Order: sequence, then C-alpha cells, then structure tokens
Amino acid sequence: MDWINALVQGILLGGLYALFAAGLSLIFGVMRLVNIAHGDLIVLAAFLGLTVTTATGMHPLLALIVVVPLMAALGYALQRGLLNQTLGDDILPPLLVTFGLSVILQNGLLEIYSADPQKLNAGGLETASVPVAGLSLGVLPLLTFAIAVLVIWGLQWTFYHTPLGRSFRAVSDNQDIAQLMGINRRHVFGLAMALALGVTAIAGILLGIRTSFDPSIGGGRLIFGFEAVIIGGLGNLWGTLAGGVILGVAQTIGAKIDPGWQILAGHIVFLLILAVRPNGLFPRISA
Amino acid sequence: MIVNGYTVTRATPAARVAAMLGAITLALLVAAPWWAGRADLRQLGELFLYLSLASLWNLMAGYAGLVSVGQQAYVGFGGYMLFALTMFAGFQPVVAIAAAGLLGALISVPVAALIFRLRGAYFAIGTWVIAEVFRLSFAQVSALGGGSGSSLPVGIVKSLAASRQGREWLSYWLALGAAVLVILVVHLFLRSRRGLALTAIRDNELAAGSLGIDIWRTKFAVYVLTAALTSIIGALIFLQKLRISPDAAFSVNDWTAFVIFIVVIGGIGTIEGPIIGTLIFFALRETLADLGTIYLMVLGAVAILVMLKAPRGVWGFIRDRYDLNLFPLGYRVSRTDNKEP
Amino acid sequence: MPDTILELHGLDAHYGDFQALYGIDLHVTEGEVLAIIGSNGAGKTTMMRSISGLLSNRRDQIRYRGGAIGSLRADEVALKGIALVPEGRQLFPSLSVEENLLIGGQVGRQGHWDLKTLYDLFPILEERRNVPSTSLSGGQQQMVAIGRALMSNPDLILFDEISLGLAPVIIKDIYAALPGIISQGMSAVIVEQDISKALSVSSRVYCLQEGRVSLEGASDTVSREEISRAYFGID
Repeated sequence: MDWINALVQGILLGGLYALFAAGLSLIFGVMRLVNIAHGDLIVLAAFLGLTVTTATGMHPLLALIVVVPLMAALGYALQRGLLNQTLGDDILPPLLVTFGLSVILQNGLLEIYSADPQKLNAGGLETASVPVAGLSLGVLPLLTFAIAVLVIWGLQWTFYHTPLGRSFRAVSDNQDIAQLMGINRRHVFGLAMALALGVTAIAGILLGIRTSFDPSIGGGRLIFGFEAVIIGGLGNLWGTLAGGVILGVAQTIGAKIDPGWQILAGHIVFLLILAVRPNGLFPRISA
Repeated sequence: MIVNGYTVTRATPAARVAAMLGAITLALLVAAPWWAGRADLRQLGELFLYLSLASLWNLMAGYAGLVSVGQQAYVGFGGYMLFALTMFAGFQPVVAIAAAGLLGALISVPVAALIFRLRGAYFAIGTWVIAEVFRLSFAQVSALGGGSGSSLPVGIVKSLAASRQGREWLSYWLALGAAVLVILVVHLFLRSRRGLALTAIRDNELAAGSLGIDIWRTKFAVYVLTAALTSIIGALIFLQKLRISPDAAFSVNDWTAFVIFIVVIGGIGTIEGPIIGTLIFFALRETLADLGTIYLMVLGAVAILVMLKAPRGVWGFIRDRYDLNLFPLGYRVSRTDNKEP
Repeated sequence: MPDTILELHGLDAHYGDFQALYGIDLHVTEGEVLAIIGSNGAGKTTMMRSISGLLSNRRDQIRYRGGAIGSLRADEVALKGIALVPEGRQLFPSLSVEENLLIGGQVGRQGHWDLKTLYDLFPILEERRNVPSTSLSGGQQQMVAIGRALMSNPDLILFDEISLGLAPVIIKDIYAALPGIISQGMSAVIVEQDISKALSVSSRVYCLQEGRVSLEGASDTVSREEISRAYFGID
C-alpha cells in the first residue's frame, strides 16, 4: 500500500512539474528559445504571490488573478525589450542573456526578500485530504494535477483552435513567410512569452503553497521542467505532462527507498531515458 | 615564407612584443612570493585558478560551441578526488591532483556520450543536470562527510610542505603553473589540426561537416580535455580551501556564473578574452564586493549588455580597433615589397 | 493615364558583400499585369523579396501609392496591401489547408476574397480543407499559396516563379485561373522563366540581367531578338 501511495503521490507531483515545464515547452516550440531564467521566474511568481497575499490578505489561489496578468505583462515586456534581440542562428546570445537574467533575478529576490524560506499560507487547503480507495489523497496535489491538465488542455486548444495559435505555429514553421502574412513575429513572440509566464505564475503560486521557497531554488525548478520536457519529447505538450508524471513518480519512489535519493532518482531516470530514447518518449519536433 | 611576393607569417609584431612582456610578467609572477604579501599571494592564486576555468570554458563555448552551465561538475569532482585519493589511497597531494585530472577525463567520457544527445541550449541544461547528479551523489558518500562535507586532515596538509609559508608558496606556484599549462594547452590545441577544425565548425557547421571534418569527435575531444583540466583546477581550488562540501564544490554561481561573466565580458572566442575578463572581474570585485548581491546583479547586467552590444567583449572591441592579436592562431598574408621575378 | 501603384527608384540590394541588384528603376500601373523575366541569378527573387519587405532597403527606393515603403518590415508591407506568392510555395507544414488560407486572411483587409469565393475558384481545396498542407500535390499546393495571398485582399499581388517545378498540365490550369484572379481590380507582378507564358498574360515586360534592367517594353511588341539579347546578354 505504501508503494501504491508513493506512486499516486508521484503522479500528482508530476502535475506540478508539468506546469514548470509547459512554459519552457511553449516558448521552445514557438521560437526555439531555451530560457535559463525560467526557474527563477517561477520563484519570482511565488514571491509576487507572497507580496500580494501579505499585502491584501487574499487567499493565494485568489492572488492568481493579480499574479498571472502581472507575470504575463512582464513576459511580453521581457521578450520585446530584451529577448527578441537575442534570437537568430547563434545559440550563444539567448543562452547567455537568459543566464545573466537568471543571476539578476535570483540576486534581486535575495536583495528584496532575503534568503529566508517563505511559504504561501493557503489555510485548510494545505492539509485537507480525501480518502480514495484506501489512500488518503491531499486536496492540494489533486487540485494541482487538475490545474495542470486544464492548463495543458488550454494551451493545446489555443495552439490548434485560435488565430493566435495559428500564428504561433506559422511563425514556428517559417518566420519569413509568416511575416508576409502580416504577422509581426516580434509581437507574436511577445505574446508567446506572456502566455508562458502566465502559466509560470500558476506554477509558482502552487509551488509556494506546496513547499517553502527561497530565492536560490530557481535552478532546481528549471531542471525539473527541462527533464519533463525532454522525457516527454520536444514539442508535445501532452508528452510534457507524461514527462512530469514520470519524473514525479521516480522522485517519490526514490524517496521511499531512501529520503536522500528523492531528487537523485529523478535525475537518474531522466538520464536513463536520455540514454535509451534520446528524443524522449513522445517526440513531435526535432531540436 | 614568401610566395609570389606575398609573405605568410603567423607571428605579428604585437605578438612578439606580447611574448616578451609575457615572459617578463611570468618571471615576476614566479618570484611573487618574495615581493607580494600573503593576502596578495592568495588573491593572485585565486586569480590564476579563475583564469584557468575561464580559458577552459571559453574553449568549449567560444570555439567548440558547447555551452555548458555545468562545469562545476568537474570542479567539484576534482576537489573531491583530491580529498578521497589523499585520505583513502594515501596519495601525495600533488600526485592526487594529477590523478584527479585523469579521473575527470575518464568520467567525462560516459557523461559526454549521454549529454551529447542534447542539442544546443538543451545541452547546456543537460550539463547542469550532470552537475546536480554529481553533487547529490557525493552528498551520499558518508566517508567524505555526506552533505556537510569534510576537511583535509592535518597530516595530509603537512605532507605538502612542512611550514605554513612553504605550503602557501607551493599552492601559489601550483595555481600559476596550472594557469600557464591551461593557456598553453588551449593555445596549442587551437593551433592543431583539431583546433583548426573547431574554428571551421564555429564559423559554419554545415560547411565544416561537408568538408568531412568529424564534428562529433572533435567536440568530444574538447569536452574530455576540458573535463580533465577543470578537474585539476578543482583539486587545486580545494587544496587552497582545505575544506570541501557538496554545496561549495558544485556551486553553479562560484564555478560557472562567474566564469561565464568573465569570458563574456572579456571576449568570448578569443584567447585573450578570458585574461582581460579575469582582470576586470577581480578589479570589480575589489571595488564592488561590499555590495554583495548588487555586485552580482551588476555583473549579470554588464554581461547581458556586452552580449547584445559587443558580442566579442572587451577584447574583441580592442582587437577590432587596433588589429592586435597576441596569441596568433592563423597565418597572415601580406604583400612583400621587394620585387622578385 | 492610369496611376502608378508601385515604383522602384534605383533599387540596390545586397546579401552581405554580394550585391544582387544595381539601381533598378521600374513601375507598375494600377490594374496592369507586369511580367519580369530573366535567367537564374538575374535578381528576380531578390527584387520580390525587396518589394515585399523580406529584404530591407533604403526608404525611398520603393514607393507604393506614393508612400516610401523601402524600409518597412514584411508584415507592415502586407498590411498596406501587397501580397507575395513565394517561390516554391512555402506553405506552413504545421497548418492544415484551410488554416493556411485563414492565416492569409489574418491581415484583416476586407474585399472580394474570403474562404467562400476562394473555394469557388479552387473547389478541390474545399474538399481537402482539413488535411495537412504537406499532403497536397504540387499543383494543389500552388493553389493554396495563391489562395493564401488572395485572402489578404491585396491591391498588388506578386507571383514569384509561379510555374517552377509544376507539371505542364497544372501550369496550364493555373494560368487559366489567372485572369479570374487578377480581374478583381488587382495589379500583379509575375516572375516567370517561361517567356511565352509571361508575355501572354502581361501587358508590359521587364527583363533582368545580372541585377540590372536589360529590357523594358510592351509584351505584345517586344521581339524575340530583343528578348534573347536582354536575357542572355548576347549581342
């Protein structure tokens, strides 16, 4: 029973990792950009949530209505003001600029919020649980997983059933020809980053409710998201969810064997999959 | 060499002057224990180690197009190998340092085989995963102090040199020697056939591929070479510190962020860049270190600015302006004036 | 005399150190079909890329309805009512047939062309509207590429190498459809390797040779000799 419990907890944890990963997957799909600051942006969202909840006394989930638009606006500004200038055939500028951004964000948060671990207080939600088939499942992990499924479904729908999604795919296929259709790719990239950071905001708030966070943990979140993307296969959002679940299960099973092995087990499963299936389990596009 | 009235040379006048100045500087630096204070000596030692890390990262990112944000894997690995080999295998520390380089090369082979499956930017994050795996693995080794780390036993420290001054001098010379070795190796590597292949790859991967240059093997060679040398530098870093812990050994900020900033600001893809960058980095640190986190934010911002506005860094700017080349890699062709038949 | 819709004044274009166009002077009048001919590498495609904004030029080198557009981006040029049917069709592989058409309409210009009128013109596309654009035959792909450009209801439409790589019977169909396409008050520039085809649909013709205009004349009066001299540079 303990093992089944670990498995189910891992699956639910995978929802959070899929949320970490969805933004990464989205911007890679649209503009082939890998954002090293992605993890720090998740942490930034958690801290924004902290500020909003402490200032207004709002419930953290309600704070999403402030933090999501805020992060989306930041994403648009960041893309148009900075990241668009790095895009091209050379991979160095985007990598090094987002790396610099990561260091700036991390130390900026350190300056404002100090290194003390913080947590978002979600009251009874944190401990509430429901019995399912002899297991006691936390309401928060269930909610997180449901939100992850919803977010990925929403992204998928946006991609395949809206004019914006059409523009995303067109720009991803061929930037020049997309420009001929009157699509300003700089604007479209801005919107893609806004959407990605909107999802990142959700991920950050749920992270902050689930565990304590401090400015230094961004790198770790980036890695989890990255592993979920690669395990699932590039360019496949549902694959990313599967990747998150596999990573989550590997971690909870690892922790069950030895608490010190939790994170390591996730990395090892990732490396194993990389060794066996270098393009991930469900690849759609090649890097 | 004179062909049809054109002279082909590698050395430039500036390079000859630089070589002379370099030799004089090196002699002065070798003699530093006699003229520099203890604190300065320590500072210089640290500078040489950062210079080495920067030159190695530059070889990978600037020439081989392998952007790693996980070189702390080998810094920490080298450090831990120094501790393990001296404590459990009874190696003399200097021998252990060399052995750490060898082991670093060995372990980098399977690592490369794995992460070379990731392309471009994803390769970068893959290297970070590897560094995390190393960190978490060493944190599991209780003989090396687990998560809290351990100190180098006094007996081993004493085996380096009997007196404290002797140890400080020796570790200074080792750092200086390592920096000279690294710069020499990088320089010679870039002048070799494989090095020229690297420049070809950097300039155009498609064209280089069609010329039959085995891109993968060349990148692989660079990765293993830098892993070996980075491990040696890591061992030297923790020989200076005398204490190691997983968080310090595998710190992404200390061993990768700073190094990337040094190279980007100094000039990526040039041999001189890391040298200039290291000097700027230490000068900035002296003046701004009190600012703590702000210092890091400034560094990050400067690096972003340089990347966007002057992608070849401070050195690239100087070189374009004055046509200098202190470590000539290629040959130059110039018209010879004497009119031969 | 009808108004000029597009003018090129001393248009130069470069790819790095390589100069592809040298001081091209050219104009298109309202409602006319202009043909551009010339051998491979003469600069025809470069000219199309310049007009459509994919290559940036000096502001004044290209004027459209009196306004300088030489330095505008391609999306800005598209909004002004110039559409390009690119060489090699270049459909979006991730988009279905209908989505390829719809994305052309995203420019948001109103006019004769919409999905309905387009499907009337090319009924086969309605049949295949939901399949990936990559699964179409070359001729059908060219129909989508033309339709995609028409969906933006342009005032000036540019066809780059309209028949390149297509079977003769398909080329015949496409040319048969051209008058119906252009009759809606549009002006058109057709880049074509097949000289007789080019002359048959156009009112005037320009020949490019090594980045320069080597011949300009009315399509029904230029002689074979003039053309081959302009085309190959043989005296």
